[in-house]
Amino acid sequence: MTDQALELREVPGPSALGGGRRRAFELLIEIALNDFKKAYFGTVLGYVWSVARPLLTFAVLLAVFTHVFHFNAKVHNYPAFLLFGVVLFGFFQEATMIAVASIVGHEAVVRKTQFPRLVIPLAVVCTTLFNLALNLVVTFAFIIVLGVSPTWTWLLLPAILLLLFVFTTAVSMIVSALYPRFRDVSIIWAVIAMALFYGTPVLYPIYVVSHNLRDVIALNPLAPIFDLGQRWVTEPSTPLPSAAVMGGPVRLAIAIALYVAVCVLAVWIFRREAPRIAEEL
Amino acid sequence: MPIRSPTISADLADSTAIKHSRRSAGPVVIEARNVDKTFRVPHHRVDSIKERAVHPLTRIEYRELHALHDISFDVHKGEFFGIVGRNGSGKSSLLKIMASIYRADAGSVRMAGRMAPFIELGVGFNPELTARENGVLNGVLMGLTRREARRRLGAVIEFAELEDFADLKLKNYSSGMMVRFAFALMVQADADIMLIDEVLAVGDAAFARKCMDVFHERRNAGKTIVLVTHDMVTVQSMCHRAMLIDDGELKFIGDPDETALRYYRLNFAGPQRELPGERQPLIDFNAKVISATLRDAAGAAIENVEEDAPISIDVAIEAARRLDGPSFVFHVRNDDGVVVFSFTTRLDCGVAPGQRVRLTGLIENRLVPGRYFLDVWVRQDDSETVFALQGLRLLAFVVFGTGSHDGLVNVGAEIDVSLEP
Repeated sequence: MTDQALELREVPGPSALGGGRRRAFELLIEIALNDFKKAYFGTVLGYVWSVARPLLTFAVLLAVFTHVFHFNAKVHNYPAFLLFGVVLFGFFQEATMIAVASIVGHEAVVRKTQFPRLVIPLAVVCTTLFNLALNLVVTFAFIIVLGVSPTWTWLLLPAILLLLFVFTTAVSMIVSALYPRFRDVSIIWAVIAMALFYGTPVLYPIYVVSHNLRDVIALNPLAPIFDLGQRWVTEPSTPLPSAAVMGGPVRLAIAIALYVAVCVLAVWIFRREAPRIAEEL
Repeated sequence: MPIRSPTISADLADSTAIKHSRRSAGPVVIEARNVDKTFRVPHHRVDSIKERAVHPLTRIEYRELHALHDISFDVHKGEFFGIVGRNGSGKSSLLKIMASIYRADAGSVRMAGRMAPFIELGVGFNPELTARENGVLNGVLMGLTRREARRRLGAVIEFAELEDFADLKLKNYSSGMMVRFAFALMVQADADIMLIDEVLAVGDAAFARKCMDVFHERRNAGKTIVLVTHDMVTVQSMCHRAMLIDDGELKFIGDPDETALRYYRLNFAGPQRELPGERQPLIDFNAKVISATLRDAAGAAIENVEEDAPISIDVAIEAARRLDGPSFVFHVRNDDGVVVFSFTTRLDCGVAPGQRVRLTGLIENRLVPGRYFLDVWVRQDDSETVFALQGLRLLAFVVFGTGSHDGLVNVGAEIDVSLEP
């Protein structure tokens, strides 16, 4: 043993991504895979349930909106439109709802190790994303059965998924970071998520809504994502330019600004809370 | 000079070897400078937004809890370093700052080498996952790739002796199995610095032995171990140096024996908190205890005694019935309920109901450090039979000190040792 002085490195303290990106990435994969395995191999009907749930929701909504509100008469390919929207929104809702309590759920790890805190909500979103990928296979099979023929615009859908993934991650970061301090975030978020469900063109296309209402819906960053996605799936004939989306560039600009704002807020809140989370648990 | 403990246990024999093999201090591997940590504890916890919203203008009042104040120390490579202190003294917070779980408000901690923490008896498990999955997760957490982590897992499970339970979810593990697994993971991480919080509090004797073996082996391999503990026996037998923290302040750093002694003084010599359940009187229909006090040499009331210091008692007992020439049989019991010794004293007259008897005196103190109870049996010696009327618990006290804990009492012994010509 030498008596030479060793190089001392500052102990960094807990943070969102402490301990290096490679380690955080490996952890993310490991946790997401474990969660995924748990969901699919833990119960006999694991996979069946995860597909059946959005399909059942879809069946109920379809019954209500075709027989009660007769949307199928107003909207081209309404069942396919609705199915795609429900599956996509299901991803957002499920990921954020699970993310709320995710850090508290991993209490043991957070309180005992220098665990990169960001990995926890991120793993939830990734697991749900796997789920979505599997659901989309079934969804598109159904959409074809429902009489929509595949078009080249389907190839653009990964862009929609990426936008949705980023936004879902941002929201998950916010709710999971605030939950240890404010335990009613879970209840509040459940209500907001429900409001968003109706405030996003999932059940209805944006063009059936009155202009006043569109101004409100435009505040919702999810609206253009869903609008665009559903057009690409069910109405490839609709022109693509952004002017058509949301019925105007100003509204679209507001939605984009809010989207960016939520992402920035997420990073800010998470970085602020991450070092303190272990103390709040 | 009497030899205090003629028998030396295997543990202590080993540890003596450690202390004597102490070499010149290696390079510094942990350097803490002026570490401060304050927790803000709300007077009533505001953890709902509603409460905030209802009273948006009232500032939440926080009580500042100074967990750590201006702590600076160095730990050298290859050192076994103890951190001791009472509950709530801040020692665990300090370890958590060193382990990057809490962030220090001020000051810095710097380290050289890879660090593995072992905190609150665990390394951070997800109870819903199997031991295998948790093992891989922990390996990755310790900086291994997933493949490496999987490769090392076999050795971990073997070390923890959990081969038959590797695919069981951890929520179905017993606490002993969990600790064994956690400890095995930490050991196999092969870090340069191990930060350990109270590992020996649970687990059976065999496991404790295994921990000790590991500590010895790691120490010899030049690894550094920082151990937070209440157990002064471990501190005295294992540590090269130890540090005493009280109320967030560093009180002493250096020789483990001295640290242990200061810890005991802090615990037992200060104003005593009432320990629940220890002074409940037994049924007292024949006699009852009015007062029972322990005093030091100067006559001041104390609650606990330092080893070798004589025990002075002052007891008042009230008779509830007529007693003719009663005897008082004192029993000193240790924590295991064993009567360590007993002595009797007799009052050669009658005692009327309601009258009080005072018993004062000095007991020579050869008790080894530990917890003791002083009981008295009030006995009536009739002409034909002797029967005890009443057993009374007088005192519960601790004999504190750093002498040998072996056996029941320390009796003097003088042994000459020399080489035969």
